[in-house]
Amino acid sequence: MEWETVIGLEIHAQLATRSKIFSGASTAFGAAPNTQACAVDLGLPGVLPVLNREVVRMAAKFGLAINATVAERSVFARKNYFYPDLPKGYQISQYELPVVANGHIDIELEDGAGNMVGKRIGVTRAHLEEDAGKSLHEDFHGMTGIDLNRAGTPLLEIVSEPDMRSAKEAVAYMKRIHELVRYIEICDGNMQEGSFRCDANVSVRPKGQEKFGTRAEIKNINSFRFVEKAIDYEVERQIALIESGGKVVQETRLYDPDRDETRSMRAKEEANDYRYFPDPDLLPLVIEPSFIEAVRATLPELPEAKRRRFVSEYELSPYDAGFLTASRELADYYEAVVKAVGAEPKLCANWVMGDLSANLNRDGKEIGDSPVSSAMLAGMIKRITDNTISGKIAKEVFEAMWNGEGDADAVIDKKGLKQITDSGAIEKIIDDILAANPDNVAAYRSGKDKLFGFFVGQAMKATQGKANPQQLNELLKKKLSG
Amino acid sequence: MALERKDVENIAHLARLAISEADIPEYARNLSSILALVEQMSAVDTAGVAPMAHPLDAVQRLREDQVTETDQREHFQAIAPAVEAGLYLVPKVIE
Repeated sequence: MEWETVIGLEIHAQLATRSKIFSGASTAFGAAPNTQACAVDLGLPGVLPVLNREVVRMAAKFGLAINATVAERSVFARKNYFYPDLPKGYQISQYELPVVANGHIDIELEDGAGNMVGKRIGVTRAHLEEDAGKSLHEDFHGMTGIDLNRAGTPLLEIVSEPDMRSAKEAVAYMKRIHELVRYIEICDGNMQEGSFRCDANVSVRPKGQEKFGTRAEIKNINSFRFVEKAIDYEVERQIALIESGGKVVQETRLYDPDRDETRSMRAKEEANDYRYFPDPDLLPLVIEPSFIEAVRATLPELPEAKRRRFVSEYELSPYDAGFLTASRELADYYEAVVKAVGAEPKLCANWVMGDLSANLNRDGKEIGDSPVSSAMLAGMIKRITDNTISGKIAKEVFEAMWNGEGDADAVIDKKGLKQITDSGAIEKIIDDILAANPDNVAAYRSGKDKLFGFFVGQAMKATQGKANPQQLNELLKKKLSG
Repeated sequence: MALERKDVENIAHLARLAISEADIPEYARNLSSILALVEQMSAVDTAGVAPMAHPLDAVQRLREDQVTETDQREHFQAIAPAVEAGLYLVPKVIE
């Protein structure tokens, strides 16, 4: 039988605030355990939550960026369950009236024939909630250690429609959301620190069937690669289970990257077991239209619009535009280079995507930490376009700049890398080479065309790669033909 | 809607309440009569009435995003049954 996969994602994005969603405790990462958990976060008697204005602004900003409705009125609810890292016995979340509803985002996937195909993924809702603390199961004399620093950290839970039909689509969607929250500066996107993580709802159904199959929820996946692997594993597991006469049960599963499999955690409590009800400690959240308009005015150019502009303005391929707009910082860097060079946007793109990105990857650096600034790269590219250096020598200049040896002009000067463009000088070098290799000259003239490369190599060796390649080729051809 | 024994047991489990066997029929009766009252209220026509999220006709006030709390760990942990290395210790939770 042919099966169809149905996937919906719940993404938790930690909002980049200074303080918690309902208290004035710090959200800074990496503090000593429980030093950032105040009375409100601990749920001590008599405390009251007070909502952080900044989380409202960030949620609204996200809603506007995905063309969703930002609710003028939303309500906080208590989601009740027992776990030691949840001191109150309930999580403050939103249920019936979330702050953001009915948005969408577009993804693009390669169709197997080299074409990029677009697909729109619905975002059902995004709601505000507080994070729980952290349980440490290492051995504390058979007990579990609880760090509540994370309790009360603001999260935006972004819930998609079950619109995805493959693990690849799910990853593409997750990457788009990840890119977007960083662009609009509401989340740092740091997956190692848990600032961006997702749960995947996965089910399968016979192709053509309308009704969804029973789904399993894979919890807390914190890398793009694991999302893909976890979903692929889960789909195979469900198909094998059904084909062998079994039934998928609705449950929560955990992905184990070491064994590349998902494992059952516990039968998922039915939604009504959470006994959601409006939190009497919090009044309805009302967002005035003027507030929303003020937020709208702060929206930067969004990734999709930027990609389209890069294609039309700089005549880049969709692939290049996608690469360069993957983060706002990289896009800004690229545009600064193009602006400073004033020409050759494609050449600039090649340098940013090539040597610069390769070096950043190699040294594990972010674009913001690049030892070669946009001005330095632009200065070097200008020396290529004005024929001071060749593209090949530029690689050497780039490495030197990367290693802190100064800007392009200083490096070219210090290392004597200036290209030889004086025809007389190049001709003289060629004459010497031809005189020293009479056998090869004869062989070339009798038809061994491949020897041309040998002469180019000799000339480059003699000039330490500094001869202008076009001039060298032309002159060499002329001399060899006789 | 009349609650049965297993409903009472389920509710007690979700609320982590230990209840005695002998009291279950009484709880079932009491809870059922509360539900009967709710059913009576359900009969009222509320079409056109927006659900009330809070009895006060007021809206949520917001606070500025500022860190105002200082570390009070020693204070809070003084009343905890068990702590170690800054962590609260609880009976082992197996996932």
